[in-house]
Amino acid sequence: MNGVLPPKKPKTFRRIMHYVGRYPLALTGSLLFALITVTASLFVPVFFGDAIDCITQSGIAWDTLRALFWKTGVAVGIASLAQWLTSLCNNRISCNVVRDIRKDAFAKIGALPLQYIDTHPYGDTVSRIIADADQFSDGLLIGFTQFFTGFMTILGTIAFMLITNFKIGLIVVIVTPVSLFVAKFVATHTHKFFKQQTQTRGEQTAFVEEAVSGLKTTKAFAHESENERKFDEINARLEKASFQATFYSSLTNPSTRFVNNLVYAIVALIGALDVVRGAFTVGGLTKFLSYANQYTKPFNEISGVITELKGAFTCASRIFELLDATEEVSDLGNERLEKVDGNVTLENVAFSYDKEKRLIENLSLQVEKGKRVAIVGRTGSGKTTLINLLMRFYDVDQGGVFVEGRDVRAVTRKSLRQNYGMVLQETWLKKGTVRENLKLGNPDCTDEEMYKATKASHAHGFIKRLEKGYDTVLTGGELSEGQKQLLCIARIMLTQPSMLILDEATSSIDTRTERKISDAFSKLMEGRTSFIVAHRLSTIVNADCILVMDAGRVVEQGTHKELLQKGGAYAQLYNGQFA
Amino acid sequence: MKKILTYFKPYKGRALLGPLFKLLEATFELLVPFVVALIVDKGLGAQVDGEYPFADKPYIFGACALLGAFGIVGLLFSVTAQYFSARTATGVSAGVRKDLFRKMQSLSYKDVDNLGEATMLTRMTSDVDKLQTGINLFLRLFLRSPFIVFGAMVCALIIDRGAFGIFAVSIVALAIVVYTVMLACMPLYKKSQAKLDDVLLSTRENLTGTRVLRAFCREESERGIFDARNERLNKSRKFVGGISAITNPLTFVMINLATIWLLYAGAIRVESGRLTQGEVIALYNLMGQILIELIKLANLIVTVTKAMACGSRIESVLKMQPSIRLCEDSDGEAGAPFIVYEKVCARYNDGGEEALSDVSFTVEKGETVGIIGGTGSGKTTLVQLLPHFYDVSAGRISVDGRDVCEKGMQPFLRERIGVVPQKAQLFKGTIRENLSWGKANATDEELYEALRIAQAETFVREKGGLDAPVEQGGKNFSGGQKQRLTIARAVVREPEILILDDSSSALDYATDASLRQEISKLPMTVFIVSQRTSSVRNADKIVVLDDGKVVGIGKHDELLTTCEVYREIYDSQYDVEKGGAV
Repeated sequence: MNGVLPPKKPKTFRRIMHYVGRYPLALTGSLLFALITVTASLFVPVFFGDAIDCITQSGIAWDTLRALFWKTGVAVGIASLAQWLTSLCNNRISCNVVRDIRKDAFAKIGALPLQYIDTHPYGDTVSRIIADADQFSDGLLIGFTQFFTGFMTILGTIAFMLITNFKIGLIVVIVTPVSLFVAKFVATHTHKFFKQQTQTRGEQTAFVEEAVSGLKTTKAFAHESENERKFDEINARLEKASFQATFYSSLTNPSTRFVNNLVYAIVALIGALDVVRGAFTVGGLTKFLSYANQYTKPFNEISGVITELKGAFTCASRIFELLDATEEVSDLGNERLEKVDGNVTLENVAFSYDKEKRLIENLSLQVEKGKRVAIVGRTGSGKTTLINLLMRFYDVDQGGVFVEGRDVRAVTRKSLRQNYGMVLQETWLKKGTVRENLKLGNPDCTDEEMYKATKASHAHGFIKRLEKGYDTVLTGGELSEGQKQLLCIARIMLTQPSMLILDEATSSIDTRTERKISDAFSKLMEGRTSFIVAHRLSTIVNADCILVMDAGRVVEQGTHKELLQKGGAYAQLYNGQFA
Repeated sequence: MKKILTYFKPYKGRALLGPLFKLLEATFELLVPFVVALIVDKGLGAQVDGEYPFADKPYIFGACALLGAFGIVGLLFSVTAQYFSARTATGVSAGVRKDLFRKMQSLSYKDVDNLGEATMLTRMTSDVDKLQTGINLFLRLFLRSPFIVFGAMVCALIIDRGAFGIFAVSIVALAIVVYTVMLACMPLYKKSQAKLDDVLLSTRENLTGTRVLRAFCREESERGIFDARNERLNKSRKFVGGISAITNPLTFVMINLATIWLLYAGAIRVESGRLTQGEVIALYNLMGQILIELIKLANLIVTVTKAMACGSRIESVLKMQPSIRLCEDSDGEAGAPFIVYEKVCARYNDGGEEALSDVSFTVEKGETVGIIGGTGSGKTTLVQLLPHFYDVSAGRISVDGRDVCEKGMQPFLRERIGVVPQKAQLFKGTIRENLSWGKANATDEELYEALRIAQAETFVREKGGLDAPVEQGGKNFSGGQKQRLTIARAVVREPEILILDDSSSALDYATDASLRQEISKLPMTVFIVSQRTSSVRNADKIVVLDDGKVVGIGKHDELLTTCEVYREIYDSQYDVEKGGAV
């Protein structure tokens, strides 16, 4: 997509059909078997109608009757077998299509710029990929099972009716579409209710997501009732929207059934009069009545299906909305950045998250390989932003970031990031065993290497004490923040990056432990360009270069000694430590 | 499903009215074959040489008008039924969601750890949605279909006793088939819904852990994991879908065989003059109605089984008992120190290693207590026991002489203790809304005072004041800013006990120092958990923990000489010239 807006996006329906089109065999099968089902089952009332004509008070035509029963049996057998096969095909299509859409949506998450992820509630995205996709799947299945068979039943019945009795057939054909209009009318008017419902549901999911992840804080503040009040408010709105969507969409069925019942009465009347005139038989009338039923039934179903499909379409378009979000600038065709030495240059970099508010401006910096750069400054001065740019989580607005003289925008993100090892203050571990988490950066490393790293980072001890040691599944509550940081450090030790980014990497680790792992850390940093964000000045004094940042600018730059002598911002910060 | 059923109570009337009106509508539908039979037998009259000389045209007109009238009445009844069903279904599911949310919030820390966030989220969203669809369809159709089926059977009995047997046998056979398929699908649906949980987990993790996953270039392998989970879900859905797809064709075959049987038996009876042609037609039409209803029922069963599977998943959460232990109220021990830890032990998992063992100390009102120790030494556990977030596994903690597990103590603990957790967590809204967690209806002066104490006033003003927006999870604030806001949130409620659980770790020293100075002026009992000796050195009492055990209690100067661990910690932080770790 090359980052530019995608070409005018095709309509939801066409996009859905694009996904469905991936299964031509199942699609053909579904249509073919549906055709067989309909044709075979249309013969059944014909045979039964003829059979009824054989049963008169004046005598029973037994031979014809038996032959008709046999014919019926065969038709029923074929119809039901074909019906089962149709269902299998439909089931296959709807399941696979949803799987494919989910797959694309998930891949999309990987291709979205961090800006999207940082600014959209997780719960809303989750609700699109899980709940919306599910409802879409259900709608698609119903659509396939009932739409085609219904459509073909209507065509088949019309043909049969016109052949059997042209006049009555014509009347039925003319009157029944009224129900379609009714259905369309209802569907158009319920669309907004469906939209309201999905939107409110998305809102609620986002709220619940936040409430769930902040549950402990909620409890600590006894804030449950406040949350409940807020939840109840959204919940009440959802109930209302949900009721409107459900009720108004469910009007379709009764209204179309009403039209059908009228058709039924008209057929009965005209048919009976025709019988009296001798233009029709009683069996023929029976046939016709059951046709009128069979013919109107799919109208009913189709109208019901239309509302269901409307809902499914709304959900699908929410997923497509996600799929249409502008992706990161593609790095397809960019060269790989091979293993670098670690020379990093920033040239006249300008960047801000909010284009209204300027943050980093005119930032230039040259870091030679193997150097240790410490970034200090008050909270919010732009330290983390700098890291976002180095890792290319965000792209600069102006200027450029160069590694080994090459603009990071000219190489692949993957190869760039492979050259970095990063430990963030906010630890993130996945649900999985300790081992899986440790090997995240280097899945091929041996257990021995892993133990070496955990011992060096002093994580081995507490891991051993976990219920199942390295095979303990981490779900969130097992480790303290400090322990998590130790795991993250071990995780980095297992990769061999050229450059290191340590953003408050030890903020939750106690200084005693920190000291114990300092050797390992020094070794880790040896020969590697390191960017260290820290508030503990003790961890910074040995840096080759200290950047003091304030409000997005580098206000001072130099070694510990130089800066102390200068008596500026750094000296102030440093002295504050002992205040 | 018992528990879910209780949610129907407020909708008892409506839940009954829905199906009732459906039944009335169905009754009119059942009458249709009778009218048709009358048209044939009475309207047309006897057939003589292929002609109907006794035909009664006004009778035919009348009967057909009646059919039309049935249609109108049917419309009114079914619209009414849809209304009540939709009300009930959305009302019940709103009630379930409401209670689920409350239940979730009532769970203890331990339960939350065990259950996992992803599971809680699916229960509250996708599961309840499916339940709602299920209830709505159930009310609209589930009673209607059996009613028509049995009604048709009764009508058959009225027309001809012999035909009744045919109806009865085929209906029983059909019921068995439908029930068997449903029984087979239930557990399968449950299983496939559990696979959906995995898909959700993957999705969530990739949103919350984007930075780390991208830094490790794990996008592709994460995609592999997701695809595998997605495929497992797909397989299980296809499997269960394939099984439930048998229902429709099978009922089709059975009902048509029954019709053949019916016509055959009918022919014999017509031959012997015991049945009229019109009556055979009526029986045939009744059988046709059964077929239509059964097809509807079969489709419905899929939805209802799904809903039931979701319902039972929801129920298992609703049935959860918060695992926190409460004991009866006592009068309290007079003259006891303000806070007493008495041989307290704690473990997170039954049978797991002790996170704290044998911790004893006392605190007087207004004292500042420092808790210091290494990573994983039990500091957080120690303070989390005080507001009774977790149970002690042995020993006792009391405040004002009363055990913290006493029922009557719970409101006090929540109201009068201000906790600033390690992980700074903010919520979507404004700064004011976030601070009001601490104290509802606080005035601007109070809020700014708290922000001033928490060293947050400057950046809050820069961001645009109290009404500046806070994004989900406080994403638009830096780690240090979040910490300061969470401190302000706790301070604004003016608690009797303030617990700062390593909550200034992301602050620079200067800010941290000013913060401590401000806090020391507050008239509260303060617990400061920290790894920095500078944070606790002025405390009235410092508790030094190592590996879950108390290795020293005292003031800074005493501990420097008596407690080796404390001295090591101190040295590691003040030995600047040697250079520490990162």
